[in-house]
Amino acid sequence: MTSPIWFKSGDAGKMPKPEKPKDYTECVAPTEFMRTSHMVLLNQWRDDILREDGARTGKTPNGTEYVRSLQNGCMKCHSDKKKFCDTCHNYTSVKPYCWDCHLQPKEAM
Amino acid sequence: MDSKRRDFLKIAGLTAIAGIAAPSAFNSLLKGEAVASEHGAAAAGAHGAAAPTGKRWGMVIDVKKFTENPGLAEKCVSTCHTIHNVPDFGNKKDEIKWIWVDSFKHVFPDDSSQYKKPEALDSLPILTLCNHCDNPPCVRACPTQATFKSKDGVVGMDYHRCIGCRFCMAACPYGARSFNWRDPRGKDANGQPFIKAENPKFPTRMRGVVEKCNFCTERLAIGQIPACVEVAAQSKALVFGDLNDPNSEISQVLKTTFTIQRKPSAGTHPSLFYII
Repeated sequence: MTSPIWFKSGDAGKMPKPEKPKDYTECVAPTEFMRTSHMVLLNQWRDDILREDGARTGKTPNGTEYVRSLQNGCMKCHSDKKKFCDTCHNYTSVKPYCWDCHLQPKEAM
Repeated sequence: MDSKRRDFLKIAGLTAIAGIAAPSAFNSLLKGEAVASEHGAAAAGAHGAAAPTGKRWGMVIDVKKFTENPGLAEKCVSTCHTIHNVPDFGNKKDEIKWIWVDSFKHVFPDDSSQYKKPEALDSLPILTLCNHCDNPPCVRACPTQATFKSKDGVVGMDYHRCIGCRFCMAACPYGARSFNWRDPRGKDANGQPFIKAENPKFPTRMRGVVEKCNFCTERLAIGQIPACVEVAAQSKALVFGDLNDPNSEISQVLKTTFTIQRKPSAGTHPSLFYII
C-alpha cells in the first residue's frame, strides 16, 4: 500500500523547466524576484492602474518599455502559456484563476 | 499647631482644585481651537473655495442626432460590446449590457411633463449607459470595494474582487449593471460561443460576477476617446470630455444647451447629460 511513498522517497521528481522567450533577455524584475513574487507584482500593477490611476507602462533596468499587464504585457514575451506558466504551476499544483477571464495568446491555445 | 494644620488644609485644597481645573481648562481651550478650525474647513468647502482640480469625464447624448441617424445607436452598442468581450446570451433574462437602447419612459420614468409631452417622445430610442455618478450608490453598496470611484470620475470595477452579491445592482437606480448568470466563455445550444469574436486585448469576465461600462478607461489611458463616442463622432451625437475644464467642448455644450439627467431626484449627480 505505501510502496509509492517508499519508491519515490527522497526524490522530488523532475524539476520544471519553463521555456524562456528567445527574443528577449531581461524581464521587468530580476529572475529570483519574478520566480517567487510574480503574482504579487501582478496584483500591485492591477491595484495601481485601476485604483490609483497608475502608469500603464514601465521600463526595465535596461530601458525597454513594457506594458504593465498580464494579457498585453507578460504574454507578449512569454507567449506560450503551456510551456511557461503551466510547467511550474502544474509541478507545484497551484491553480491560479487568471485565465478564467484573461485571454491567453491564440497561437498557444 | 492649629494654625499649621489650617495652612496645610488650605494648601492641600488649593492644590486639589488646581489639579482638577488645569487639565479641563486646557482641554476646553484645545477643543475651542479644534472647533474653530473645523468651521474654517467646512466654510471653505461649502463656498467651493477649492476649485475642482483634475479631470471629471462626462458625456452629452444628443437624442435628436440618433433619431436622424437610424442604426447609429445600435452601432455604438455593438462596437462597445465587441471590444469589451460582452457576451450575448440570446435572451433578455440573462442579458449583459454595458450600453443599450431603451424607451423614453424607461430612461426618464420621473418625467413630470404629464400633459405637454410630445407623443413622439414615447417612441424615441434613447441610448443609455452607466452614468458614472458623482455620488454612486453602487460604490456605497459594494461590500468588497470591488467597485470604486476613481479620481477622474469613472466608476470602475475590479472583477477580481467581485463576489457576485449583486448589492450594486439593487443600488443602481439606472439598471446599468448586469450579472453573469452563465459562463460568458461558454457556448449556446447550437455550439455558438456567447462572445462572437474575442478581443485579445481585453479580458472577458467569469460566471458569477457583475459587470458594467467602464467609460473605456483602457482607451482613455492611451489618449483615445470611448468607443461609442468614436463611432458617433461624425454625427456629433455624443460629446465626451472633461466637465471640470470650462473650455472643453462638453462644458461649452452644457453652458449653451438645456440638458437633462436621469433621475435627478436620486441625488446621484450623473455625468451623463441628455439633449432631448
